[in-house]
Amino acid sequence: MYKYVVKRLLMLIPVLLGVTFIVFFILNLSPGDPAAMILGDQASAEALEMKREELGLNDPLLVRYGRYIWDMLHGDLGTSYKNNISVWSQVMERFPNTAILAVAGILVALLIGIPTGIISAKKQYSLVDNCSMILALIGVAMPNFWFGLLVVIIFALKLGWLPSQGMGEGFIPLLKSLVLPALTLGTGSAAMITRMTRSSMLEVIRQDYIDTARAKGVSEKNITYRHMLRNAMIPIVTAVGLQFGTLLGGAMLTETVFSWPGLGRLMVESIKSKDIPMVLGSVIFLAIMFTVVNLIVDLIYAFIDPRIKSQYKKGGR
Amino acid sequence: MKKAEIDKMAASSGQQRTLWEETWRRFKKNKLAMAGLAFILLLVVIAVATIVIDVVTNKSVYNNYVIKQDLRGRLEPPSLAHPFGKDEFGRDMLFRMLWAIRYSLFMGTVAIAISCVVGGTLGAIAGYYGGKVDNVIMRFMDILLAIPSMLLAIAIVAALGTSITNVLIAIAISYVPTFARTVRAPILTIKDQEFVEAGKAVGASDLRIIFRYIIPNSMAPIIVQATLGVAGAILSIAGLSFLGLGIQPPTPEWGAMLSNARTYIRDSWHITVIPGLGIMLTILALNVIGDGLRDALDPKLKN
Repeated sequence: MYKYVVKRLLMLIPVLLGVTFIVFFILNLSPGDPAAMILGDQASAEALEMKREELGLNDPLLVRYGRYIWDMLHGDLGTSYKNNISVWSQVMERFPNTAILAVAGILVALLIGIPTGIISAKKQYSLVDNCSMILALIGVAMPNFWFGLLVVIIFALKLGWLPSQGMGEGFIPLLKSLVLPALTLGTGSAAMITRMTRSSMLEVIRQDYIDTARAKGVSEKNITYRHMLRNAMIPIVTAVGLQFGTLLGGAMLTETVFSWPGLGRLMVESIKSKDIPMVLGSVIFLAIMFTVVNLIVDLIYAFIDPRIKSQYKKGGR
Repeated sequence: MKKAEIDKMAASSGQQRTLWEETWRRFKKNKLAMAGLAFILLLVVIAVATIVIDVVTNKSVYNNYVIKQDLRGRLEPPSLAHPFGKDEFGRDMLFRMLWAIRYSLFMGTVAIAISCVVGGTLGAIAGYYGGKVDNVIMRFMDILLAIPSMLLAIAIVAALGTSITNVLIAIAISYVPTFARTVRAPILTIKDQEFVEAGKAVGASDLRIIFRYIIPNSMAPIIVQATLGVAGAILSIAGLSFLGLGIQPPTPEWGAMLSNARTYIRDSWHITVIPGLGIMLTILALNVIGDGLRDALDPKLKN
C-alpha cells in the first residue's frame, strides 16, 4: 500500500508539470504587452524595454516557465499587473472560499445522489424510481448557473429566507449564505451520481452472492449496505471524482451568480481586466487542485477495493 | 482477393447496412428518444428559417425585432401579444429566443465536429500504430484531460480574446482528448481482425486501412459520444457567455441573455426563466437521443 501511494505521488509530478506548462503556454499567447499595461500608454520605448527586461519577458518561453515553477515552489506566483499585489496572497485568500463551496457542493451531491440511487435501484420501475430518474435527467440537463438564478428568485427574493449574494461572516451567517450556492453547485452532480449509483447497484443486485446472502438469512439492511453498496462503490467513486472537475468548472459560474469571493470569480474578474499573472495563478492553482483530488480518488479505490491493493502487492514484489 | 472485395468484407463484418437498420428499428421504439429527436429537428428547422429570413430580408427583421431597443416596453411580462414577454431593453423575448437557437445549436455542432476530427485522428493514429506514438499522444491527452474542460476553455478564451471563432476553438480543444480516447479504444480490438490483415496483405496503405476499414467499424461509440458532446458544448458556450467571456450582447445567445437577466433579477422573472428553459430542453433532448442511440447500438448495455 505504501509503495502504491509513493508510486502514484511520483506519477503526479509529470502530470503537474504538463498541466502547468499547457496553461502557461496558452496564457502566453495572449496579445498585449505587459510592460505597457503596467507603465501605461505614455511610457517611453526605453522604459518599456527596461520593464520587459526586469520582468524577464525577453527570455525564451521555456526559461520563463522554469522560473515560474521555481518561484511557485517558493510561494511566489508573481505580482498583479493591476494593483501590484502578490498573486500568491490573493490566491491563498480566495482558495479557502472555493474549497468550502466545493466541499459543500460535493456533500449536497452525495447526500442527494447516493440514497436516491439506492432506493431507485432497489425499487426498479416503481413510481419512486421513475420520478427520480426523470428528475435526474432534468438535473443533468440544467445549466447550474440558471438553477442558481432560479433558487435566488424563489428562496432569496420571493420568500426572503436566505441571502442571495456574498459570503456571511461568522458561523451561522456563513452557513446561511452557503446553502443556495452549495445547492446550485451540487444539484447537477447529484443527478449524475444518482444515475451512476442506480445503474451500478442494478448490476450488483442480481448477482448470485446476493441470493446466497439472502439464503443465509442476512438481514435486508445488511445485504444492501455490506453486500450490494460496497461492491457497487467503485464506479460511484469514479463518478464522484469526475464530478469534482465539473464542480470546479461550475464553481466559477456559481461564484459569479452569488458574488461568492472565490478563486473562480477572481479568475473571471482578472480575465476581464487582462491581469494575466492573476489569471495564470488562479488557473494553475485550480488545475493542480483538480489533479490532486483525482489522485486522492484513486487512492480511495485501493482502500475500498482490496483487489486493487492485492493486485499491486503481487506486481510490486 | 481484390481491394473491392476486401472493402465488402470489412463492411459486412460490422454488418453495416443491417446494423443501421436494426439500430433505427430499436431507436424508434424509444418514445423519449424520438421526442428528443423531434424537438432537435424542430430547432434545426427554426434555426435554418431564421438564417433564410435574415438573408432574404437583408437582416431587417433581425435589426428591427431582435436587436432594436424600445424602452417603453421594458421587462413587460408575457402576454398574448408577446407570449415570452419583453426583455430589459423592450425587445420581444420570443424573437430573441428563436434567433438564439442557431448560435447554440450550430456552434455546439461545429465545435464537436472539429474535436471529433482532430481528436478522432489523433486517437486513430495512437491506436493503430501503438508503441511510442501511442504513448506520446495519449500521455498528452491525459494531461489535457487533467484540466477541467471549462477551465481549459476559459484559459483559451482569456488568451485569445472573446470572439465566436475563439469560443469555438476553445470548446473544440477542450473536447479533443475525449474523442481521442473514444476512437482509440475500439481501434485496439478492430486492428487485429481478419479484414484488416487481409487489407494489409494486398498492400493497402495505412491511411486506406484506417479510413476504409477501421473508422466505419468503430462508428457506434463515436456517434453516441458526439451527441452527448454537442450537449456539453452547448452548456459550455452558454456558461462562457454567462461569464461574459463568450458571445457578446446584443447578439442573442441564451447564456448571454441570462447574464443580462441577472442584473434585473429583482424586477422580473421571465427574462431569467425563459432562456434557461431553452438551454435545458435542448440539452435534455440531446441527452435522451444520446442515451437512446447507445441503447439501440448496444442492447446489451441496457439494464
